[in-house]
Amino acid sequence: MPSERLEVENLHLWRGERHVLRGVHFVLGRGACLEVCGANGSGKTTLLRTLCGLIYPEEGRVLWNGENVRRDLPAFHATLAYLGHEPPLKSDLTARENLHYWIGIRRQLVAEDLTAALARVGALPFCERQVRTLSAGQRRRVALAGIALLAVPLWLLDEPATNLDAEGRDLVADLICEQLARGGMVVAAVHQGLPPSVGNVTRLELAA
Amino acid sequence: MSGLESPATRTLAPVPTPLVRGASRARAARSADAIEAARLALLRDLQLAFRKRSQLIQPLAFFAMVTLLFPLAVSPELSRLRELAPGVLWVGALLASLLALEFLFRDDAYDGTLEQYALSGQPLTALMFAKTLAHWLLTGLPLALMAPLAALSLGVAPAALPGIVAAVAVGSVTLSLIGSIGASLTLGIKRSGALLSLLTLPLSLPVLIFGARATQLAIHGAPYLAPLELLGALAILGITLAPLAAAAAVRINLE
Repeated sequence: MPSERLEVENLHLWRGERHVLRGVHFVLGRGACLEVCGANGSGKTTLLRTLCGLIYPEEGRVLWNGENVRRDLPAFHATLAYLGHEPPLKSDLTARENLHYWIGIRRQLVAEDLTAALARVGALPFCERQVRTLSAGQRRRVALAGIALLAVPLWLLDEPATNLDAEGRDLVADLICEQLARGGMVVAAVHQGLPPSVGNVTRLELAA
Repeated sequence: MSGLESPATRTLAPVPTPLVRGASRARAARSADAIEAARLALLRDLQLAFRKRSQLIQPLAFFAMVTLLFPLAVSPELSRLRELAPGVLWVGALLASLLALEFLFRDDAYDGTLEQYALSGQPLTALMFAKTLAHWLLTGLPLALMAPLAALSLGVAPAALPGIVAAVAVGSVTLSLIGSIGASLTLGIKRSGALLSLLTLPLSLPVLIFGARATQLAIHGAPYLAPLELLGALAILGITLAPLAAAAAVRINLE
């Protein structure tokens, strides 16, 4: 636990003819945040998906606490939360049911924790409505509640503030700050950059 | 900069602290085991299915139509219908279960649920098995329960019904499992219906043959245990291998 560390060594990845990741290299320690910037199509999402092991890089390694994550992917997955650009919610279930299943599959969950998380992101007023009736921003809030509920050391967030209003963007910044304060790590792909309130941020610029 | 703002942040501090405390309590929470995860995946699919009933009824309605239209199209003569019954029942059941397959992973792939399953740290094989079980409970089992109705309309004697129900119930397990492989292999393809049937139908032929044979023997009042046992053997082979194959195919398709 004390030496949690994410290291990425010389990551190279081709998609067809395109050389998307060209030697990505960084180290992230406890309480540190990495913002991945770059134009559309520069490989921000690809990098996040490679980090969490969904995509196999052609060259280079991802190390968690000094161990190649490929050795034991399920154990690595148990320590990370990935939020893609679409919130992974079922439109026919309510927000609360969605979290109950999505998070319950990974950790034991009591109803009060769920309610507290929904309240934290301001989703309590609409948590009993089917997700199909929610706006994109409201869905995003529900997804953020899920990420916070997972209580894992590593967050991989793809454009976490999309569709959110100003208050929602502050919420994202607060959640990231809390995660860093308790010794967690965050890798966030952000088009415009994280709000300045988030401290201990390293910037990684991906060339298109 | 945060040092300059410290008076303000100090007054705000009481708000986030309970949440941080809540989060540390959450971290101490135990992770769910694989069986609990599979149970939740199963429940999620069942609850979803009952939210959109039209998808649930479609294969059953198809099966009912095929078997009920047959007497009209062929002949109302019961002895002839009885001869055709095994074939009609099984071709109907096979196509009906194929009809429901397209939805097996489609929505989950689209909304990112499969991605979250693959990244859950839980064995994906167990989750795929849970999904396939849900699919069987929602199509195979209702088809088996409807089979007596269809059989009676084809002039089958009531004494043959238990054998028919057993054959359809066991055979449809294998159909669902084969279908899960096909559906997970064709995840990345738009309008995969044709390819999916091309992949799964050849693999389903043993089920069709033994299922129809068991049904035929049951209708004639002969012992049907041998083909039924073969259907059972196929189902067990499927249960042990198909979730593994489906999980591997899903991982490849997520890349």
